[in-house]
Amino acid sequence: MKRAIIPTLFIVLAVMVGCAAAPVQQEPIIPAKHTLPEQDIPSEQQGFYVYDPWEPLNRRIYIFNAAFDEYVFLPLVNAYEFILPDVVEDAISNFFKNLTELSNLMNSLLQFKIVKAVNTFGRIAINSTVGIGGLIDVATHVDGIKRENEDFGQTLGFYGLGPGPYLVLPIFGPSNLRDTGGLVVDSVAYGFMMQQLIGKLGMNDTGEEALYWGLTGLSAIDQRHLQSFRYYMTGSPFEYTLVRKLSQVRRQFLVEH
Amino acid sequence: MKPLLRFGLLILLAGVAGQSAVAYDYPLKDPYLATVIGTPSELQPKLPDKIDYALLDLTVFPERKIPDVFYYQSQFRYSLTYQKVEAPLIFVIAGTGANFYSSNMIFFQKVFYQAGYHVICLSSPTSMNFITTASRTSLPGNILEDARDLYRVMELAWQQVKGRIKVSEFYLTGYSLGGAEAAFVSKLDEERGSFNFKKVLVINPPVSLYSSAKILDQMLLAALPGGLRDWGQWFNRILEAFGEFYETMGRIEISQDYLYDVYSTIYRDKEPKRENLATMIGTVFRISSNNMVFTSDVMTNAGVVVPKNLELGAADSLYDYFRVTSTMTFVDYFHELLFPFYKAKQPQLTEQRAIQIDSMHHIENYLRTSPKIGLMGNEDDLILSPEDVAFLKDVFGSRARIYPHGGHCGNMNYKENVADMLNFFRN
Repeated sequence: MKRAIIPTLFIVLAVMVGCAAAPVQQEPIIPAKHTLPEQDIPSEQQGFYVYDPWEPLNRRIYIFNAAFDEYVFLPLVNAYEFILPDVVEDAISNFFKNLTELSNLMNSLLQFKIVKAVNTFGRIAINSTVGIGGLIDVATHVDGIKRENEDFGQTLGFYGLGPGPYLVLPIFGPSNLRDTGGLVVDSVAYGFMMQQLIGKLGMNDTGEEALYWGLTGLSAIDQRHLQSFRYYMTGSPFEYTLVRKLSQVRRQFLVEH
Repeated sequence: MKPLLRFGLLILLAGVAGQSAVAYDYPLKDPYLATVIGTPSELQPKLPDKIDYALLDLTVFPERKIPDVFYYQSQFRYSLTYQKVEAPLIFVIAGTGANFYSSNMIFFQKVFYQAGYHVICLSSPTSMNFITTASRTSLPGNILEDARDLYRVMELAWQQVKGRIKVSEFYLTGYSLGGAEAAFVSKLDEERGSFNFKKVLVINPPVSLYSSAKILDQMLLAALPGGLRDWGQWFNRILEAFGEFYETMGRIEISQDYLYDVYSTIYRDKEPKRENLATMIGTVFRISSNNMVFTSDVMTNAGVVVPKNLELGAADSLYDYFRVTSTMTFVDYFHELLFPFYKAKQPQLTEQRAIQIDSMHHIENYLRTSPKIGLMGNEDDLILSPEDVAFLKDVFGSRARIYPHGGHCGNMNYKENVADMLNFFRN
């Protein structure tokens, strides 16, 4: 299924980029009364500045993501939320979160964040056993060990790699060049681990493949279910600019902590 | 966690204030702090976590072509929360720049629903959705015209929902600018009679739109000794602290409610300086008014911040326009967009006259003689001058409830205020 989606995505994107030809102007354009202020202020000191050399492409992907969200993602998430009781939804979230703990552990170690690594190790041990394969987050609720959030993008940041240009990823949303690299590494590791786990179930190849893609799809819906962001709810015509800044501020915070 | 921390701050402040046995116990005596922090959740009435409501869309002007840059604005959207039985219907109008789903609006939605009303929440005429889809001129800020736009939307909404709910009688309220608009809408309703509102409550309104806006414009500069040039950096510092919130990242809304929430969480441990609070209040107002300036300018092709006749595409970068509009005050908006529009229609109109019309003074007689209209205000409301407060007391007389403190809308969610609101409508 995913194999079919990706080429389709690129066709849609290509069409959107192609449609971007400037509209035919009827009347002569008269310069605005007010023009750019603070020409002399370095860009970093401007409110809401983010390095975004690929803005035209990013904006189109942003529009695509909003449409994808409205017509594909959210209807699926709504159906998911309608069908399943909250308890089951939470168990599914916990299950997938438990699987990503390995990435938290590795990345904590790579950044010498020993306390985080120990906590994460404890969480994996507790939740995978007492928490029935990760379905219940016993570590948080009983032992008070809170979940860490370390990914490879943050590890790269820890070693001094800057964020690079802002990047809006199809479906995934706001990112930057460094974090996209990090995401690829984390995803490959995650996919490998999933395949190993599934391999232990002793199913035939077709069954394994179906389960793998089924879990991947479920995990995507779970991710969207957990995220309350809705497109065009800022009520601002400058939403792209605001989201760009806030998402990057958040990443910077995560790198520093 | 947040409520607990807020409560901590509250105890601290209450201790400093050290007042006891006063009739009114809203804890924040500093109007700046009250305006930003609002009411700690422990002191708000108990409300359901979540209530069901319907999102409804209206096409107000079928002929209107919305510019590509607002491609995501096709219809006017509002919410309806309804009772299963016959009940009174209340319309709630949001404050400057706010949408029907802003946290204060959700608050009122729950309050009135819990008290047995059907509730229709309407975005402010100054919000982007209203300007693009429901404002006849796309130039909000003239309360008379905004009231007409609101009335049109309310009539259409009523047509849309009357098949599914049973309504006994109509009520109306609004806060901040929405409060002033509610008063004008009520007057309009006396002439047109679509609703015959039984009671109308005006909460924390400006008296003169122009002078309140001027106060808020000025406040922005309180913590910026170098003037507007320093604003970007000041704001960037606030934003850096913002990185701390995973959960709030989910819901991003550029409204006063939301930004104040973020700000008060940032400063939960230390008492913020007054000039920072003032700049924050000014920032929130400036951002709302910037959204309005850009949206109105594009909609009317006025050529103030966007070159005249330039058709912006859906994917065009707006960052430079964002920077240009951020230098403009509401007062600039009045002089460069709003006033010229009406001046072109009525050449004899002066700025002074336009400012005068745009205030509660204009409907003073109606306010004075209408027993159905009540007022809730604060003695220390930041957007009012002492003369404004005196005017409100004089005009509304026994129908005015003026609290000794609460800043601008800070105490609106306080349980005693909410009880007073419900009492007003009940009696």
